[in-house]
Amino acid sequence: MTKPPSNNPLPNKERIKLPRQRVPEQDPQVRAHNFQEVNLGFPAEQARQESLRCIECNKPGCIDLCPVSVNVRAVIDLILAGDYLGAASKVREDNALPAITGRVCPVEDQCESGCVLGKKGEPVGIAYLERFVADWERETGQFGSPVAAPATGKKVGLIGSGPASLACAGDLIQMGHQVHVFEALHELGGVLVYGIPEFRLPKDIVRHEIDVLRRRGVVFETNVVVGKTVTIDELMQEEGFNAIFIATGAGLPRFLNVPGEHFNGVYSANEFLTRVNLMRAYRFPEYDEPLYPCQDRDVIVVGGGNTAMDAVRSALRLGAKSASIYYRRTEKEMPARVEEVHHAKDEGVHFEMLVNPVEFLGDEKGNLTSVKCIRQELGEPDDSGRRSPVPIKGSEFVVPCHVAIIAAGTSANPLIQSTTPGLAVTKRGYIAAKEDTLATSKPGVFAGGDIVTGGATVILAMGAGRKAAKAINEYLKGLDEPKPEQAQATVQA
Amino acid sequence: MFEIVEARPLARGIKQFVIKAPRIAKKQRPGQFIIVRLDESGERIPLTIADADPQAGTITICVQAIGKTTMLMNMLEKGDFILDVVGPLGKPSEIEQFGTTVVVSGSVGTAMAYPTARELKRAGNKVVSIVGARSKDLLVLEDEVRAVSDKTYVLTDDGSWGEKGLVTERLKQVLESCKVDLVLAVGPVPMMRAVANLTAPLGIKTIVSLNSIMVDGTGMCGGCRVLVNNSSQFACVDGPDFDAAQVNFEVLMQRNNMYREQERTSIELLQADPGAELKKLREENARHACALDAVEASHD
Ligand SMILES: Cc1cc2nc3c(=O)[nH]c(=O)nc-3n(C[C@H](O)[C@H](O)[C@H](O)COP(=O)(O)OP(=O)(O)OC[C@H]3O[C@@H](n4cnc5c(N)ncnc54)[C@H](O)[C@@H]3O)c2cc1C
Ligand SMILES: Cc1cc2nc3c(=O)[nH]c(=O)nc-3n(C[C@H](O)[C@H](O)[C@H](O)COP(=O)(O)OP(=O)(O)OC[C@H]3O[C@@H](n4cnc5c(N)ncnc54)[C@H](O)[C@@H]3O)c2cc1C
Ligand code: SF4
Ligand code: SF4
Ligand code: FES
Repeated sequence: MTKPPSNNPLPNKERIKLPRQRVPEQDPQVRAHNFQEVNLGFPAEQARQESLRCIECNKPGCIDLCPVSVNVRAVIDLILAGDYLGAASKVREDNALPAITGRVCPVEDQCESGCVLGKKGEPVGIAYLERFVADWERETGQFGSPVAAPATGKKVGLIGSGPASLACAGDLIQMGHQVHVFEALHELGGVLVYGIPEFRLPKDIVRHEIDVLRRRGVVFETNVVVGKTVTIDELMQEEGFNAIFIATGAGLPRFLNVPGEHFNGVYSANEFLTRVNLMRAYRFPEYDEPLYPCQDRDVIVVGGGNTAMDAVRSALRLGAKSASIYYRRTEKEMPARVEEVHHAKDEGVHFEMLVNPVEFLGDEKGNLTSVKCIRQELGEPDDSGRRSPVPIKGSEFVVPCHVAIIAAGTSANPLIQSTTPGLAVTKRGYIAAKEDTLATSKPGVFAGGDIVTGGATVILAMGAGRKAAKAINEYLKGLDEPKPEQAQATVQA
Repeated sequence: MFEIVEARPLARGIKQFVIKAPRIAKKQRPGQFIIVRLDESGERIPLTIADADPQAGTITICVQAIGKTTMLMNMLEKGDFILDVVGPLGKPSEIEQFGTTVVVSGSVGTAMAYPTARELKRAGNKVVSIVGARSKDLLVLEDEVRAVSDKTYVLTDDGSWGEKGLVTERLKQVLESCKVDLVLAVGPVPMMRAVANLTAPLGIKTIVSLNSIMVDGTGMCGGCRVLVNNSSQFACVDGPDFDAAQVNFEVLMQRNNMYREQERTSIELLQADPGAELKKLREENARHACALDAVEASHD
């Protein structure tokens, strides 16, 4: 089988000899003290060099393992042709927020883990390339807004403004529907603005993507807590929404339920990151939101996911004397992106594995002073095949600590579920939605993203948003056709 | 953008605002609150909805200036804008026919307790109000409270108005003189704790409205957690009303002191040049209003 014409001048055996390009980064010593972006992105020449490595597989594993099947191979070829705008459009066919996924996708589990080059050497730096084309597009102001289908007159309400909703909004507006996004907070973007810090995902980039949607006609309304300010039934019955997409994320913080969690200085990661990112407490007093002081103090973050890494690296930037990750399993089991763990280590974060806090200790003013932990070992594999940690008797120890941040996961916020009659939920309180259409038990209401799956990833949430847009489009078409019962009735008559 | 359509001083350091917020006006129930963010650099603070007019699409709030945000807010006038207002948040107060109810409140707490007192009266309860303040010039809504109460006691610490004394002393006498089915206490934490200490041994159902520090107000951060019956509850979604007998007031006080130093810094900055802060707020919010208009125009 012959390959389609390629813009890569090199024979395959040359390509595989090329080393993976290292992306320029802020120096660890410097960046550990500022909130500017760590990863500086490829300049054009490096993007070209990296693209040259791709051997243009017939069955690209990269595409198979991208949750939204970005046509990586075609994108790389367009980069080699120098058509960066074309490359960006190609990405956008499947991924509405490439500047964001190019920064936060856990590629070691996704596209890059499918890249054939990874079998012997290092995979192609796909996320870096995706980011390159998206940044190029934004920085040169060249976003060509796609032509939308004729107006359908149908109105869809999207609840929440995280990646699931943003992706859904982009597709629905393209299909000619009216799209209205309701967000509880004062800023749009969900976890992208209140969770993931500036040094990993600059807020301007999220804002830009939202502005693009706004210019395309999506209406955003902040400060609306659906379930409180207005209910789903009211939106559908009184405000004329024909369909609803619920994408409210997995917002509820989990605590450890050990004694002393009320001491001043003990935070949920949600609160700590919200204060730092959404409220910009790192710029206090210019911004008014206070934060319990981290400067020159010992900070411990409990957990091993992206949230824990973001919290610990933020604490470091706020001037912590020591910033440590306490995780109950081993590094191998840590769910965080590999790049973040490396970055954290380079910046001087301390990692303490196989430990779990059993009590927080404080002084008479109620301020946290230390934490008592217990060591653990990995026991027999459980039903899920994972070896779960077992406490080692008598191994308790106490470490000084002034700020403790608990990043032990989140669960479903029950607000919408409890105010929407007829909306079925799962055992764990997430919204039950059909796998193929994301339809819920309530007609016209769809749901996706973390509120259905539990805490997952940006690209999976976006994938859900697109799937829902497609299903909503079908549903809205169906509204105009005579109902099957009615049709039958006419036939019988 | 939320427009202030009315602003008037109620007492020393306490101001009443009527704000245009149609969605909230339509949905709010007594006992619920809003969270406001005055401007781009502002923090989010909770304030109780004291009244609402669904037809006019407005809500009323009463604000006591105690720190940077409330001081800045109280400099605002009719025609000014507040950047963000979200609500109604929290669970509405439980309104039933209890029988005889006593509503105890202190200074701005009176504004917070008033809508609940009014609804209790409407629901057919006998309402006894005990209103306290440090002195006469800190008393608010006395006439409004009298209008919805079967009996009203007004007390000041210094005797400058009404009786001289503490609300808890008066409450004690009321509890001794008649059968009380429900006590509602809203005000400073030490006052609520004193009420709880009084009613708990007597087994009288007592509700307090807890004013913990909040951020989102939707259950997302856990910053507002209070210790109730020895377990963590989120004041913004599980409350703000709780059974007084189960509340750990010491923990609430500790947590409300968490940002003392930063709060002092903020106040000093504001007081160094209050006019400049106000000007900045007005300019920023005007810019936001323009940007919003531009977006809306582009959709026409
Ligand atoms: C700190 C942190 C770091 C992460 N890092 C990564 C990473 O590097 N890579 C990655 O792929 N994933 C990462 N994730 C996970 C990823 O961000 C989420 O999976 C994704 O954002 C989920 O998207 P969503 O649209 O379902 O919900 P969210 O992003 O959670 O957005 C939900 C939105 O709904 C709003 N909302 C909630 N309730 C209501 C209501 N009742 N009415 C109106 N609005 C409401 C919320 O305020 C929020 O804005 C991270 C998560 C966190 C917390
Ligand atoms: C549900 C709820 C409803 C409320 N309703 C009203 C209302 O209707 N009118 C009103 O004036 N206030 C109300 N409050 C209190 C109001 O939110 C605080 O006064 C405000 O957050 C203080 O902000 P600041 O920046 O002005 O002062 P800060 O500088 O933040 O605080 C100054 C001082 O007040 C204490 N403090 C801080 N936060 C609070 C708090 N949440 N409650 C009590 N003390 C605090 C601090 O310990 C500090 O000593 C309510 C609080 C809650 C939780
Ligand atoms: S969206 Fe994420 S997984 Fe897919 S190609 Fe881009 S970086 Fe890889
Ligand atoms: S798997 Fe790797 S080498 Fe193959 S097409 Fe994808 S990026 Fe190129
Ligand atoms: S204020 Fe954040 S959970 Fe209550």
